[in-house]
Amino acid sequence: MDVSFALTGKGYVLVAADTTAAHSIIKVKSDVDKIKELSPHLLMAYSGEPGDTVQFAEYIERNIRLYQIRNTYGLRPQSAASWIRRSLAESLRSRHPYSVNLLLGGYDVSTYTPHLYWVDYLGTLAEVPFAAHGYGSYFALSLLDRYHDPEASLEEGIATLRRCIDEVAKRLVVSPGKYLVKVVDKDGTRVIEI
Amino acid sequence: MSIMQHNGGSVIAMVGKDCVAIASDLRLGVQSLSISSNFEKIFPVTERLYVGFPGLATDVTTLREVFRYRVNMYTIKEERAIEPTIFTQLVSSTLYERRFGPYFIEPVIAGLQKTPSGSYEPFIAATDLIGCINFAKDFVVAGTASEKLFGVAEGLWEPGLEPEDLFETISQTLMNAVDRDAFSGWGAIVHVITKDKVITRKLKGRMD
Repeated sequence: MDVSFALTGKGYVLVAADTTAAHSIIKVKSDVDKIKELSPHLLMAYSGEPGDTVQFAEYIERNIRLYQIRNTYGLRPQSAASWIRRSLAESLRSRHPYSVNLLLGGYDVSTYTPHLYWVDYLGTLAEVPFAAHGYGSYFALSLLDRYHDPEASLEEGIATLRRCIDEVAKRLVVSPGKYLVKVVDKDGTRVIEI
Repeated sequence: MSIMQHNGGSVIAMVGKDCVAIASDLRLGVQSLSISSNFEKIFPVTERLYVGFPGLATDVTTLREVFRYRVNMYTIKEERAIEPTIFTQLVSSTLYERRFGPYFIEPVIAGLQKTPSGSYEPFIAATDLIGCINFAKDFVVAGTASEKLFGVAEGLWEPGLEPEDLFETISQTLMNAVDRDAFSGWGAIVHVITKDKVITRKLKGRMD
């Protein structure tokens, strides 16, 4: 039932994920952070099978950190996405595959460009201008087809994101109440209040 | 719905006069939901050899990486570029290694084969997901629109097409076939391989 969106704009990527933890029909928590800050310029929103999600996200987080410690320079968004995809693809054909879907938003500090990657539990990787996972994607993607602008300022990007959140709240029966929004740009990652 | 239809996508290759062409659509979907309209499935192997991977998108990326590695190893060991016929055998044996748990991909290969006299002759081939090779003298198709591609190609293709005519033929074949397939489309990419250069063009298709 997780819902997550992400979109790129002029020099930034916005990533949003709902904050509910559900066990069947019960909301157990409503302040869960499902967006990991993998490096100073890389965000990862994760959703899927409870348990798998946190386990996989922490594995990725620690290995991205380890790479940076060993090599001084961290992985750029493209390379990090490739490595994460491969982890999922190898896991898919193992005895216990992770069922985790991801949105990777990064800012490449060497080319000064924002990048967004859509990754699913099969290990499918696609670079996209905007993306969504979960039931929210059926509403948000068509909305983003109409309103997304890759040259939009941060304020305009937030307004578009608001539209997505409002649409899901209006039309989805099992819609989540609260979202956490993070942005990554040249200054790094930070939480945004909307 | 079968795993082969999960992400959608189609690839076609055709033979012309001293040239070959390979083309694919650009859609990536999850069943009926489209995710990306810029997902490339055709990759260069050498300067005169291309391979297309229609099928499950995760295996498109995985096989691209596997073949990049294996072709690099071949190039280093043999100290020469791999030829299309040999690459086809490499594709076949790589896929058959996974006979009982296959990669869900039906590769299409198109390139120019060097003859003993030093000239080049067109070569195309396709395999199924476990590596059974289909050598063809005219055209090969694969992917979710394969039935439609067969029909249109059968009607449009003729022997001895020059590069520009071959480009037109393969483009029209692909565009008209994918417009009848819900899982393929959203633009296309075409590569025409001649002995001196490769002409690559992106086509805009119906975006609905």
